[in-house]
Amino acid sequence: MSAAPLLEAQSVGKRFGAVVAAAELNVRLAAGERVSLIGSNGAGKTTFVNMITGYLKPDAGHIRFEGRDITSLSPRRIVQLGVARSFQIPQLFGELSVLDNMLVANACHDQHLSLWQGARRGEAIARAEQLLQRFSLADHRARRVVELPGGVRKLLDIAMALTVRPKLLLLDEPTSGVSAEEKFPMMDTIMAALGSERDTTVLFVEHDMDIVARYAQRVIAFYSGRIIADDVPERALAADDVRRYVTGELLQE
Amino acid sequence: MRLVFAALGAFVLLAVAGWLAPKWLTFLVTMAAGNGLVSLGIVALMRGGVVPFGQGMVFAVGGYTAALLFNKAGFTDALGLVLCGGVMATLVAAPFAPLLARYRGIFFAMLTLALSMVVYGALMKLDVLGGSDGFNVGRASLLGWRLPDALTGYVLYLLTVGVAITMALLARVLFDSTRGLVTLAARDNELRVEYLGGSVRRAMAINFLIAAFCGGTGGALVVLSLGHIEPQFSYWTTSGEFVFVAILAGWQSVAAVFVASTVLEVVRSFSSSYFPNTWQLALGLFLLFVIRFLPRGIGSLWVGKGRT
Repeated sequence: MSAAPLLEAQSVGKRFGAVVAAAELNVRLAAGERVSLIGSNGAGKTTFVNMITGYLKPDAGHIRFEGRDITSLSPRRIVQLGVARSFQIPQLFGELSVLDNMLVANACHDQHLSLWQGARRGEAIARAEQLLQRFSLADHRARRVVELPGGVRKLLDIAMALTVRPKLLLLDEPTSGVSAEEKFPMMDTIMAALGSERDTTVLFVEHDMDIVARYAQRVIAFYSGRIIADDVPERALAADDVRRYVTGELLQE
Repeated sequence: MRLVFAALGAFVLLAVAGWLAPKWLTFLVTMAAGNGLVSLGIVALMRGGVVPFGQGMVFAVGGYTAALLFNKAGFTDALGLVLCGGVMATLVAAPFAPLLARYRGIFFAMLTLALSMVVYGALMKLDVLGGSDGFNVGRASLLGWRLPDALTGYVLYLLTVGVAITMALLARVLFDSTRGLVTLAARDNELRVEYLGGSVRRAMAINFLIAAFCGGTGGALVVLSLGHIEPQFSYWTTSGEFVFVAILAGWQSVAAVFVASTVLEVVRSFSSSYFPNTWQLALGLFLLFVIRFLPRGIGSLWVGKGRT
Protein backbone atom coordinates (compact mmCIF):
# COMPACT_ATOMS: atom_id res chain seq x y z
CA MET A 1 0.00 0.00 0.00
CA SER A 2 3.01 2.31 -0.06
CA ALA A 3 2.67 2.87 -3.84
CA ALA A 4 0.16 5.42 -5.11
CA PRO A 5 -3.30 3.93 -4.57
CA LEU A 6 -5.64 3.22 -7.45
CA LEU A 7 -8.55 4.63 -5.49
CA GLU A 8 -8.41 6.89 -2.50
CA ALA A 9 -11.39 8.13 -0.51
CA GLN A 10 -10.45 10.93 1.85
CA SER A 11 -12.72 11.96 4.73
CA VAL A 12 -15.80 11.11 2.67
CA GLY A 13 -19.11 11.93 4.36
CA LYS A 14 -22.74 11.49 3.38
CA ARG A 15 -25.97 11.99 5.31
CA PHE A 16 -29.59 11.31 4.43
CA GLY A 17 -31.44 13.54 6.88
CA ALA A 18 -30.57 12.24 10.32
CA VAL A 19 -29.05 9.03 8.97
CA VAL A 20 -25.28 9.01 8.64
CA ALA A 21 -24.44 6.82 5.65
CA ALA A 22 -20.75 7.73 5.55
CA ALA A 23 -18.73 9.47 8.26
CA GLU A 24 -15.16 10.52 7.58
CA LEU A 25 -14.44 7.45 5.47
CA ASN A 26 -10.82 6.92 4.47
CA VAL A 27 -10.19 4.05 2.08
CA ARG A 28 -7.22 3.27 -0.18
CA LEU A 29 -7.33 0.50 -2.75
CA ALA A 30 -4.23 -0.75 -4.54
CA ALA A 31 -4.09 -2.15 -8.08
CA GLY A 32 -5.01 -5.82 -8.31
CA GLU A 33 -6.50 -6.13 -4.81
CA ARG A 34 -9.56 -8.27 -4.11
CA VAL A 35 -11.41 -6.45 -1.34
CA SER A 36 -14.70 -7.29 0.30
CA LEU A 37 -16.97 -4.67 1.81
CA ILE A 38 -19.10 -6.09 4.62
CA GLY A 39 -21.62 -4.69 7.06
CA SER A 40 -25.21 -5.07 8.17
CA ASN A 41 -28.08 -3.56 6.20
CA GLY A 42 -27.89 0.23 6.28
CA ALA A 43 -24.21 0.28 7.22
CA GLY A 44 -23.39 2.41 4.15
CA LYS A 45 -21.79 -0.14 1.80
CA THR A 46 -23.92 0.58 -1.27
CA THR A 47 -23.80 4.31 -0.51
CA PHE A 48 -20.02 4.08 -0.63
CA VAL A 49 -20.13 2.24 -3.96
CA ASN A 50 -22.65 4.77 -5.28
CA MET A 51 -20.35 7.64 -4.30
CA ILE A 52 -17.34 6.07 -6.01
CA THR A 53 -19.33 5.58 -9.20
CA GLY A 54 -20.82 9.07 -9.22
CA TYR A 55 -24.44 8.09 -8.59
CA LEU A 56 -24.33 9.98 -5.28
CA LYS A 57 -22.18 13.00 -4.48
CA PRO A 58 -20.51 13.06 -1.05
CA ASP A 59 -21.41 15.90 1.34
CA ALA A 60 -17.77 16.10 2.38
CA GLY A 61 -14.38 14.76 1.37
CA HIS A 62 -12.83 13.72 -1.91
CA ILE A 63 -12.54 10.57 -3.99
CA ARG A 64 -9.49 10.20 -6.21
CA PHE A 65 -8.95 7.62 -8.90
CA GLU A 66 -5.39 7.27 -10.17
CA GLY A 67 -4.67 10.58 -8.48
CA ARG A 68 -7.52 12.40 -10.27
CA ASP A 69 -10.39 13.89 -8.28
CA ILE A 70 -13.58 12.14 -9.47
CA THR A 71 -15.84 13.40 -6.67
CA SER A 72 -18.00 15.58 -8.90
CA LEU A 73 -17.79 13.62 -12.14
CA SER A 74 -20.80 11.97 -13.77
CA PRO A 75 -21.14 8.17 -13.73
CA ARG A 76 -20.38 8.12 -17.45
CA ARG A 77 -17.11 10.01 -17.07
CA ILE A 78 -16.10 7.79 -14.16
CA VAL A 79 -16.75 4.68 -16.24
CA GLN A 80 -14.66 6.13 -19.05
CA LEU A 81 -11.78 6.57 -16.60
CA GLY A 82 -11.90 2.87 -15.75
CA VAL A 83 -14.38 2.28 -12.93
CA ALA A 84 -17.20 -0.18 -13.66
CA ARG A 85 -19.85 -1.74 -11.47
CA SER A 86 -22.50 -4.37 -11.26
CA PHE A 87 -25.72 -3.93 -9.35
CA GLN A 88 -27.48 -5.65 -6.47
CA ILE A 89 -30.52 -5.90 -8.76
CA PRO A 90 -29.00 -6.60 -12.18
CA GLN A 91 -29.41 -3.65 -14.53
CA LEU A 92 -29.86 -5.20 -17.95
CA PHE A 93 -31.72 -4.57 -21.18
CA GLY A 94 -34.62 -6.92 -20.70
CA GLU A 95 -36.04 -6.88 -24.22
CA LEU A 96 -32.68 -7.61 -25.84
CA SER A 97 -30.88 -10.93 -26.14
CA VAL A 98 -27.90 -11.83 -23.97
CA LEU A 99 -25.57 -11.29 -26.92
CA ASP A 100 -27.13 -7.91 -27.72
CA ASN A 101 -26.67 -6.87 -24.09
CA MET A 102 -22.97 -7.61 -24.47
CA LEU A 103 -22.86 -5.78 -27.81
CA VAL A 104 -24.42 -2.71 -26.20
CA ALA A 105 -21.69 -2.81 -23.55
CA ASN A 106 -19.11 -3.15 -26.32
CA ALA A 107 -20.57 -0.24 -28.27
CA CYS A 108 -20.72 2.02 -25.21
CA HIS A 109 -17.12 1.18 -24.41
CA ASP A 110 -16.03 2.31 -27.90
CA GLN A 111 -17.48 5.73 -26.95
CA HIS A 112 -17.49 7.03 -30.55
CA LEU A 113 -20.76 5.48 -31.51
CA SER A 114 -21.20 5.16 -35.22
CA LEU A 115 -24.32 5.88 -37.24
CA TRP A 116 -23.40 3.31 -39.87
CA GLN A 117 -20.96 0.78 -38.39
CA GLY A 118 -22.94 -2.37 -37.66
CA ALA A 119 -23.34 -3.27 -34.01
CA ARG A 120 -23.47 -6.96 -34.89
CA ARG A 121 -20.24 -7.07 -36.91
CA GLY A 122 -17.89 -10.03 -36.60
CA GLU A 123 -15.20 -8.63 -34.31
CA ALA A 124 -17.73 -7.22 -31.83
CA ILE A 125 -19.57 -10.54 -31.70
CA ALA A 126 -16.31 -12.46 -31.27
CA ARG A 127 -15.30 -10.24 -28.35
CA ALA A 128 -18.73 -10.54 -26.75
CA GLU A 129 -18.80 -14.30 -27.14
CA GLN A 130 -15.34 -14.64 -25.64
CA LEU A 131 -16.59 -12.95 -22.47
CA LEU A 132 -19.79 -14.99 -22.50
CA GLN A 133 -17.65 -18.13 -22.61
CA ARG A 134 -15.61 -16.96 -19.62
CA PHE A 135 -18.82 -16.45 -17.65
CA SER A 136 -20.35 -19.74 -18.83
CA LEU A 137 -23.12 -17.80 -20.56
CA ALA A 138 -22.54 -18.92 -24.13
CA ASP A 139 -25.52 -21.27 -24.09
CA HIS A 140 -27.82 -18.37 -23.25
CA ARG A 141 -26.55 -16.03 -25.98
CA ALA A 142 -29.77 -15.98 -28.02
CA ARG A 143 -32.20 -15.82 -25.10
CA ARG A 144 -33.93 -12.61 -24.16
CA VAL A 145 -32.92 -11.31 -20.74
CA VAL A 146 -36.49 -11.32 -19.41
CA GLU A 147 -36.46 -15.12 -19.82
CA LEU A 148 -33.28 -15.67 -17.76
CA PRO A 149 -33.09 -16.97 -14.17
CA GLY A 150 -31.68 -14.67 -11.47
CA GLY A 151 -28.20 -16.19 -11.23
CA VAL A 152 -27.62 -15.93 -14.97
CA ARG A 153 -28.71 -12.29 -14.88
CA LYS A 154 -26.17 -11.61 -12.13
CA LEU A 155 -23.39 -13.13 -14.21
CA LEU A 156 -24.44 -11.20 -17.29
CA ASP A 157 -24.50 -7.98 -15.27
CA ILE A 158 -20.90 -8.58 -14.22
CA ALA A 159 -19.80 -9.70 -17.69
CA MET A 160 -21.16 -6.44 -19.10
CA ALA A 161 -19.28 -4.44 -16.50
CA LEU A 162 -16.10 -6.27 -17.48
CA THR A 163 -16.63 -5.42 -21.16
CA VAL A 164 -15.50 -1.86 -20.50
CA ARG A 165 -12.12 -3.25 -19.31
CA PRO A 166 -12.18 -1.55 -15.95
CA LYS A 167 -9.22 -0.92 -13.68
CA LEU A 168 -11.59 -0.98 -10.73
CA LEU A 169 -14.62 -3.27 -10.68
CA LEU A 170 -17.27 -2.81 -8.00
CA LEU A 171 -19.64 -5.73 -7.45
CA ASP A 172 -22.68 -4.94 -5.35
CA GLU A 173 -23.74 -8.19 -3.66
CA PRO A 174 -22.90 -10.50 -6.58
CA THR A 175 -24.47 -13.54 -4.89
CA SER A 176 -27.58 -11.98 -3.35
CA GLY A 177 -30.80 -13.68 -4.35
CA VAL A 178 -28.90 -16.81 -5.35
CA SER A 179 -29.49 -20.09 -3.52
CA ALA A 180 -26.88 -21.26 -0.96
CA GLU A 181 -25.74 -24.17 -3.18
CA GLU A 182 -25.25 -21.86 -6.16
CA LYS A 183 -23.23 -19.18 -4.36
CA PHE A 184 -19.81 -20.85 -4.43
CA PRO A 185 -20.04 -22.11 -8.01
CA MET A 186 -21.14 -18.65 -9.02
CA MET A 187 -18.25 -16.93 -7.23
CA ASP A 188 -15.89 -19.52 -8.73
CA THR A 189 -17.18 -18.58 -12.18
CA ILE A 190 -16.79 -14.87 -11.45
CA MET A 191 -13.29 -15.23 -10.02
CA ALA A 192 -12.21 -17.54 -12.83
CA ALA A 193 -13.54 -15.03 -15.37
CA LEU A 194 -11.63 -12.29 -13.57
CA GLY A 195 -8.53 -14.47 -13.49
CA SER A 196 -7.10 -13.03 -16.68
CA GLU A 197 -7.71 -9.47 -15.44
CA ARG A 198 -5.06 -9.63 -12.74
CA ASP A 199 -4.53 -5.87 -12.67
CA THR A 200 -8.22 -5.22 -12.12
CA THR A 201 -8.98 -4.25 -8.57
CA VAL A 202 -12.21 -5.83 -7.34
CA LEU A 203 -14.29 -4.43 -4.51
CA PHE A 204 -17.28 -6.61 -3.74
CA VAL A 205 -20.08 -6.02 -1.27
CA GLU A 206 -21.03 -9.29 0.41
CA HIS A 207 -23.15 -10.61 3.27
CA ASP A 208 -22.00 -14.23 3.22
CA MET A 209 -18.89 -14.49 5.42
CA ASP A 210 -17.87 -17.84 3.91
CA ILE A 211 -17.70 -16.16 0.52
CA VAL A 212 -15.75 -13.27 2.02
CA ALA A 213 -13.27 -15.57 3.77
CA ARG A 214 -12.63 -17.58 0.63
CA TYR A 215 -12.43 -14.90 -2.07
CA ALA A 216 -11.26 -11.66 -0.43
CA GLN A 217 -7.64 -10.69 0.24
CA ARG A 218 -8.76 -7.83 2.45
CA VAL A 219 -11.97 -6.98 4.28
CA ILE A 220 -13.37 -3.56 5.08
CA ALA A 221 -16.23 -3.68 7.58
CA PHE A 222 -18.78 -0.87 7.87
CA TYR A 223 -21.10 -0.01 10.70
CA SER A 224 -23.34 3.10 10.72
CA GLY A 225 -21.27 4.73 8.00
CA ARG A 226 -17.97 4.12 9.83
CA ILE A 227 -15.14 1.68 9.18
CA ILE A 228 -14.84 -0.70 12.11
CA ALA A 229 -12.26 -3.06 10.59
CA ASP A 230 -9.86 -3.02 7.65
CA ASP A 231 -7.57 -6.05 7.55
CA VAL A 232 -6.96 -9.47 6.03
CA PRO A 233 -10.06 -11.69 6.30
CA GLU A 234 -8.81 -13.82 9.23
CA ARG A 235 -8.17 -10.82 11.45
CA ALA A 236 -11.04 -8.63 10.21
CA LEU A 237 -13.68 -11.32 10.67
CA ALA A 238 -12.32 -12.11 14.14
CA ALA A 239 -12.43 -8.49 15.32
CA ASP A 240 -14.83 -7.90 18.20
CA ASP A 241 -16.69 -5.04 16.49
CA VAL A 242 -17.22 -7.15 13.37
CA ARG A 243 -18.47 -10.08 15.44
CA ARG A 244 -20.77 -7.78 17.38
CA TYR A 245 -22.13 -5.50 14.63
CA VAL A 246 -21.76 -7.48 11.41
CA THR A 247 -21.89 -11.22 12.00
CA GLY A 248 -23.81 -10.94 15.29
CA GLU A 249 -21.74 -13.71 16.89
CA LEU A 250 -21.07 -11.82 20.13
CA LEU A 251 -24.74 -11.06 20.58
CA GLN A 252 -25.48 -14.77 20.50
CA GLU A 253 -22.90 -15.65 23.11
CA MET B 1 -25.47 -5.29 -50.04
CA ARG B 2 -28.60 -7.43 -49.76
CA LEU B 3 -30.44 -4.33 -48.47
CA VAL B 4 -29.30 -2.23 -51.43
CA PHE B 5 -30.56 -4.82 -53.91
CA ALA B 6 -33.86 -5.07 -52.03
CA ALA B 7 -34.19 -1.29 -52.15
CA LEU B 8 -33.40 -1.16 -55.87
CA GLY B 9 -35.88 -3.97 -56.50
CA ALA B 10 -38.57 -2.14 -54.54
CA PHE B 11 -37.90 1.06 -56.49
CA VAL B 12 -38.14 -0.66 -59.88
CA LEU B 13 -41.31 -2.46 -58.83
CA LEU B 14 -42.93 0.75 -57.60
CA ALA B 15 -41.79 2.65 -60.70
CA VAL B 16 -43.48 0.11 -62.97
CA ALA B 17 -46.57 -0.05 -60.76
CA GLY B 18 -46.76 3.76 -60.71
CA TRP B 19 -46.61 3.92 -64.51
CA LEU B 20 -49.51 1.48 -64.80
CA ALA B 21 -51.58 2.78 -61.90
CA PRO B 22 -54.26 5.48 -62.22
CA LYS B 23 -53.23 9.04 -61.28
CA TRP B 24 -55.26 9.14 -58.09
CA LEU B 25 -53.38 6.10 -56.83
CA THR B 26 -49.89 7.43 -57.64
CA PHE B 27 -50.85 10.66 -55.89
CA LEU B 28 -52.09 8.71 -52.87
CA VAL B 29 -48.83 6.74 -52.67
CA THR B 30 -46.80 9.96 -53.14
CA MET B 31 -48.58 11.49 -50.16
CA ALA B 32 -48.15 8.28 -48.16
CA ALA B 33 -44.41 8.14 -48.87
CA GLY B 34 -43.89 11.84 -48.09
CA ASN B 35 -45.86 11.64 -44.84
CA GLY B 36 -44.24 8.30 -44.07
CA LEU B 37 -40.84 9.99 -43.95
CA VAL B 38 -42.03 12.12 -41.04
CA SER B 39 -43.27 9.00 -39.26
CA LEU B 40 -39.95 7.29 -40.00
CA GLY B 41 -38.31 10.04 -37.95
CA ILE B 42 -40.81 9.41 -35.15
CA VAL B 43 -39.93 5.71 -35.22
CA ALA B 44 -36.23 6.63 -34.86
CA LEU B 45 -37.20 8.49 -31.67
CA MET B 46 -39.62 5.77 -30.51
CA ARG B 47 -36.78 3.27 -30.55
CA GLY B 48 -35.21 5.39 -27.81
CA GLY B 49 -38.44 5.39 -25.81
CA VAL B 50 -39.77 8.88 -26.62
CA VAL B 51 -42.67 9.94 -28.84
CA PRO B 52 -42.79 13.50 -30.21
CA PHE B 53 -46.21 15.07 -30.62
CA GLY B 54 -44.91 18.00 -32.63
CA GLN B 55 -43.26 16.66 -35.77
CA GLY B 56 -45.62 18.94 -37.64
CA MET B 57 -43.07 21.64 -36.88
CA VAL B 58 -40.26 20.11 -38.95
CA PHE B 59 -42.79 19.01 -41.58
CA ALA B 60 -43.89 22.64 -41.93
CA VAL B 61 -40.35 24.03 -41.84
CA GLY B 62 -39.30 21.66 -44.62
CA GLY B 63 -42.40 22.49 -46.64
CA TYR B 64 -42.15 26.27 -46.21
CA THR B 65 -38.42 26.18 -47.01
CA ALA B 66 -39.04 24.40 -50.29
CA ALA B 67 -42.01 26.63 -51.12
CA LEU B 68 -40.20 29.88 -50.30
CA LEU B 69 -37.04 28.90 -52.18
CA PHE B 70 -39.25 28.12 -55.16
CA ASN B 71 -41.35 31.28 -55.06
CA LYS B 72 -38.92 33.88 -53.72
CA ALA B 73 -35.50 32.63 -54.82
CA GLY B 74 -36.50 31.02 -58.10
CA PHE B 75 -34.81 27.76 -57.14
CA THR B 76 -36.98 25.11 -58.77
CA ASP B 77 -35.01 21.87 -58.68
CA ALA B 78 -37.14 19.33 -56.83
CA LEU B 79 -34.25 17.26 -55.46
CA GLY B 80 -32.43 20.38 -54.27
CA LEU B 81 -35.60 21.71 -52.66
CA VAL B 82 -36.13 18.44 -50.82
CA LEU B 83 -32.56 18.47 -49.49
CA CYS B 84 -32.89 22.14 -48.49
CA GLY B 85 -36.14 21.32 -46.66
CA GLY B 86 -34.43 18.56 -44.70
CA VAL B 87 -31.38 20.66 -43.87
CA MET B 88 -33.44 23.68 -42.78
CA ALA B 89 -35.67 21.52 -40.56
CA THR B 90 -32.54 20.06 -38.94
CA LEU B 91 -31.09 23.55 -38.39
CA VAL B 92 -34.33 24.80 -36.82
CA ALA B 93 -34.50 21.71 -34.57
CA ALA B 94 -30.81 21.85 -33.57
CA PRO B 95 -31.04 24.51 -30.81
CA PHE B 96 -33.82 22.53 -29.11
CA ALA B 97 -32.17 19.12 -29.34
CA PRO B 98 -29.98 19.44 -26.20
CA LEU B 99 -32.97 20.69 -24.19
CA LEU B 100 -35.40 18.02 -25.38
CA ALA B 101 -32.80 15.29 -24.86
CA ARG B 102 -33.24 15.86 -21.12
CA TYR B 103 -36.93 14.96 -21.11
CA ARG B 104 -38.86 11.73 -21.41
CA GLY B 105 -42.45 10.57 -21.61
CA ILE B 106 -45.26 13.09 -21.57
CA PHE B 107 -42.85 16.01 -20.97
CA PHE B 108 -40.98 15.30 -24.18
CA ALA B 109 -44.23 14.86 -26.06
CA MET B 110 -45.72 18.11 -24.72
CA LEU B 111 -42.56 20.16 -25.31
CA THR B 112 -42.40 19.08 -28.95
CA LEU B 113 -46.12 19.80 -29.26
CA ALA B 114 -45.57 23.27 -27.78
CA LEU B 115 -42.81 24.02 -30.27
CA SER B 116 -44.96 22.98 -33.21
CA MET B 117 -47.85 25.12 -31.99
CA VAL B 118 -45.56 28.14 -31.60
CA VAL B 119 -44.54 27.66 -35.24
CA TYR B 120 -48.20 27.22 -36.19
CA GLY B 121 -49.13 30.46 -34.39
CA ALA B 122 -46.31 32.36 -36.07
CA LEU B 123 -47.22 31.05 -39.52
CA MET B 124 -50.86 32.03 -39.01
CA LYS B 125 -49.86 35.62 -38.21
CA LEU B 126 -47.16 36.13 -40.81
CA ASP B 127 -48.85 37.66 -43.85
CA VAL B 128 -45.59 37.54 -45.73
CA LEU B 129 -45.92 33.74 -45.62
CA GLY B 130 -49.53 33.81 -46.71
CA GLY B 131 -51.05 33.83 -43.23
CA SER B 132 -53.76 31.28 -42.51
CA ASP B 133 -54.36 30.64 -46.24
CA GLY B 134 -50.76 29.77 -47.05
CA PHE B 135 -49.70 30.07 -50.69
CA ASN B 136 -49.31 28.06 -53.86
CA VAL B 137 -46.15 26.58 -55.29
CA GLY B 138 -45.48 26.14 -59.01
CA ARG B 139 -44.25 23.14 -60.93
CA ALA B 140 -40.74 22.03 -60.04
CA SER B 141 -37.98 21.01 -62.41
CA LEU B 142 -35.68 18.05 -61.89
CA LEU B 143 -31.94 18.23 -62.57
CA GLY B 144 -32.48 20.93 -65.18
CA TRP B 145 -35.47 19.22 -66.83
CA ARG B 146 -38.72 21.21 -66.97
CA LEU B 147 -41.40 18.67 -66.20
CA PRO B 148 -44.17 18.41 -68.83
CA ASP B 149 -47.79 18.50 -67.64
CA ALA B 150 -48.48 14.87 -68.38
CA LEU B 151 -45.46 13.58 -66.49
CA THR B 152 -45.26 15.89 -63.48
CA GLY B 153 -47.28 13.68 -61.17
CA TYR B 154 -45.39 10.54 -62.13
CA VAL B 155 -41.93 12.14 -61.85
CA LEU B 156 -42.75 13.57 -58.44
CA TYR B 157 -44.05 10.13 -57.48
CA LEU B 158 -40.74 8.59 -58.58
CA LEU B 159 -38.78 11.25 -56.70
CA THR B 160 -40.83 10.78 -53.53
CA VAL B 161 -40.63 6.99 -53.67
CA GLY B 162 -36.89 7.17 -54.45
CA VAL B 163 -36.18 9.50 -51.53
CA ALA B 164 -38.38 7.42 -49.22
CA ILE B 165 -36.61 4.17 -50.17
CA THR B 166 -33.19 5.79 -49.77
CA MET B 167 -34.12 7.16 -46.35
CA ALA B 168 -35.62 3.81 -45.33
CA LEU B 169 -32.39 2.10 -46.33
CA LEU B 170 -30.32 4.61 -44.35
CA ALA B 171 -32.69 4.20 -41.39
CA ARG B 172 -32.17 0.43 -41.45
CA VAL B 173 -28.39 0.95 -41.46
CA LEU B 174 -28.78 3.38 -38.55
CA PHE B 175 -31.03 1.04 -36.57
CA ASP B 176 -28.50 -1.79 -36.98
CA SER B 177 -25.51 0.41 -36.10
CA THR B 178 -23.80 0.68 -32.73
CA ARG B 179 -25.67 3.92 -32.08
CA GLY B 180 -28.93 2.28 -33.10
CA LEU B 181 -28.44 -0.58 -30.69
CA VAL B 182 -27.50 1.76 -27.85
CA THR B 183 -30.66 3.79 -28.57
CA LEU B 184 -32.70 0.61 -28.22
CA ALA B 185 -30.89 -0.20 -24.98
CA ALA B 186 -31.61 3.29 -23.62
CA ARG B 187 -35.31 2.62 -24.14
CA ASP B 188 -34.94 -0.34 -21.77
CA ASN B 189 -32.52 0.99 -19.15
CA GLU B 190 -30.94 4.44 -19.34
CA LEU B 191 -29.07 4.05 -16.08
CA ARG B 192 -27.18 1.04 -17.35
CA VAL B 193 -26.24 2.74 -20.62
CA GLU B 194 -24.68 5.56 -18.61
CA TYR B 195 -22.90 3.03 -16.37
CA LEU B 196 -21.39 1.44 -19.47
CA GLY B 197 -20.00 4.80 -20.59
CA GLY B 198 -22.67 5.67 -23.17
CA SER B 199 -24.39 9.04 -23.35
CA VAL B 200 -28.16 8.72 -23.47
CA ARG B 201 -28.70 12.45 -23.94
CA ARG B 202 -26.37 12.58 -26.91
CA ALA B 203 -28.18 9.60 -28.44
CA MET B 204 -31.55 11.31 -27.93
CA ALA B 205 -30.33 14.63 -29.34
CA ILE B 206 -28.92 12.98 -32.45
CA ASN B 207 -32.11 10.99 -32.95
CA PHE B 208 -34.11 14.22 -32.67
CA LEU B 209 -32.00 15.79 -35.42
CA ILE B 210 -32.34 12.72 -37.63
CA ALA B 211 -36.11 12.84 -37.10
CA ALA B 212 -36.06 16.53 -38.01
CA PHE B 213 -34.24 15.82 -41.28
CA CYS B 214 -36.74 13.09 -42.13
CA GLY B 215 -39.65 15.43 -41.31
CA GLY B 216 -38.18 18.27 -43.37
CA THR B 217 -37.68 16.16 -46.48
CA GLY B 218 -41.19 14.75 -46.05
CA GLY B 219 -42.63 18.27 -45.83
CA ALA B 220 -40.80 19.42 -48.95
CA LEU B 221 -41.90 16.38 -50.96
CA VAL B 222 -45.53 16.78 -49.93
CA VAL B 223 -45.54 20.49 -50.80
CA LEU B 224 -44.10 19.85 -54.26
CA SER B 225 -46.83 17.33 -55.03
CA LEU B 226 -49.67 19.26 -53.42
CA GLY B 227 -48.59 22.57 -54.95
CA HIS B 228 -49.75 24.37 -51.84
CA ILE B 229 -48.64 25.01 -48.27
CA GLU B 230 -50.47 26.36 -45.23
CA PRO B 231 -49.94 26.59 -41.45
CA GLN B 232 -52.02 23.42 -41.00
CA PHE B 233 -48.77 21.55 -41.70
CA SER B 234 -47.65 22.45 -38.18
CA TYR B 235 -51.02 21.97 -36.47
CA TRP B 236 -51.28 19.37 -33.71
CA THR B 237 -53.73 17.16 -35.57
CA THR B 238 -51.18 16.82 -38.39
CA SER B 239 -48.53 15.80 -35.83
CA GLY B 240 -51.07 13.38 -34.37
CA GLU B 241 -51.49 11.65 -37.72
CA PHE B 242 -47.74 11.09 -37.97
CA VAL B 243 -47.74 9.53 -34.51
CA PHE B 244 -50.75 7.45 -35.52
CA VAL B 245 -48.77 6.01 -38.45
CA ALA B 246 -45.70 5.37 -36.28
CA ILE B 247 -47.78 3.46 -33.72
CA LEU B 248 -49.55 1.58 -36.47
CA ALA B 249 -46.18 0.57 -37.93
CA GLY B 250 -44.36 -0.33 -34.70
CA TRP B 251 -40.66 0.33 -34.23
CA GLN B 252 -39.15 -2.85 -35.63
CA SER B 253 -39.52 -2.43 -39.38
CA VAL B 254 -38.85 0.59 -41.60
CA ALA B 255 -40.95 -0.86 -44.43
CA ALA B 256 -43.89 -1.05 -42.01
CA VAL B 257 -43.82 2.75 -41.66
CA PHE B 258 -44.61 3.21 -45.33
CA VAL B 259 -47.15 0.41 -45.32
CA ALA B 260 -48.89 2.06 -42.35
CA SER B 261 -48.75 5.46 -44.01
CA THR B 262 -50.35 4.01 -47.14
CA VAL B 263 -53.00 2.29 -45.02
CA LEU B 264 -53.81 5.63 -43.37
CA GLU B 265 -54.11 7.36 -46.74
CA VAL B 266 -56.37 4.59 -48.07
CA VAL B 267 -58.58 4.60 -44.97
CA ARG B 268 -58.70 8.40 -45.07
CA SER B 269 -59.56 8.52 -48.78
CA PHE B 270 -62.25 5.89 -48.73
CA SER B 271 -63.86 6.79 -45.43
CA SER B 272 -63.94 10.51 -46.30
CA SER B 273 -65.62 9.60 -49.58
CA TYR B 274 -68.24 7.34 -48.08
CA PHE B 275 -68.85 8.96 -44.69
CA PRO B 276 -67.12 12.36 -44.79
CA ASN B 277 -68.29 13.59 -41.39
CA THR B 278 -67.18 10.60 -39.39
CA TRP B 279 -64.04 9.40 -41.13
CA GLN B 280 -61.98 10.00 -37.96
CA LEU B 281 -64.26 7.46 -36.27
CA ALA B 282 -63.21 4.85 -38.84
CA LEU B 283 -59.59 5.81 -38.28
CA GLY B 284 -59.93 5.47 -34.51
CA LEU B 285 -61.62 2.09 -34.77
CA PHE B 286 -58.91 0.91 -37.11
CA LEU B 287 -56.18 1.99 -34.66
CA LEU B 288 -58.00 0.25 -31.79
CA PHE B 289 -58.13 -2.91 -33.88
CA VAL B 290 -54.39 -2.77 -34.60
CA ILE B 291 -53.46 -2.05 -30.96
CA ARG B 292 -55.63 -4.96 -29.80
CA PHE B 293 -54.41 -7.55 -32.29
CA LEU B 294 -50.95 -6.23 -33.28
CA PRO B 295 -49.61 -4.46 -30.20
CA ARG B 296 -46.12 -4.30 -31.72
CA GLY B 297 -47.48 -2.78 -34.91
CA ILE B 298 -47.90 -3.93 -38.48
CA GLY B 299 -44.17 -4.64 -38.67
CA SER B 300 -44.57 -7.50 -36.20
CA LEU B 301 -46.39 -9.41 -38.95
CA TRP B 302 -43.04 -10.10 -40.63
CA VAL B 303 -40.44 -9.26 -37.96
CA GLY B 304 -39.85 -11.93 -35.29
CA LYS B 305 -40.44 -11.21 -31.60
CA GLY B 306 -36.76 -11.25 -30.66
CA ARG B 307 -35.66 -9.18 -33.63
CA THR B 308 -34.80 -5.52 -33.29
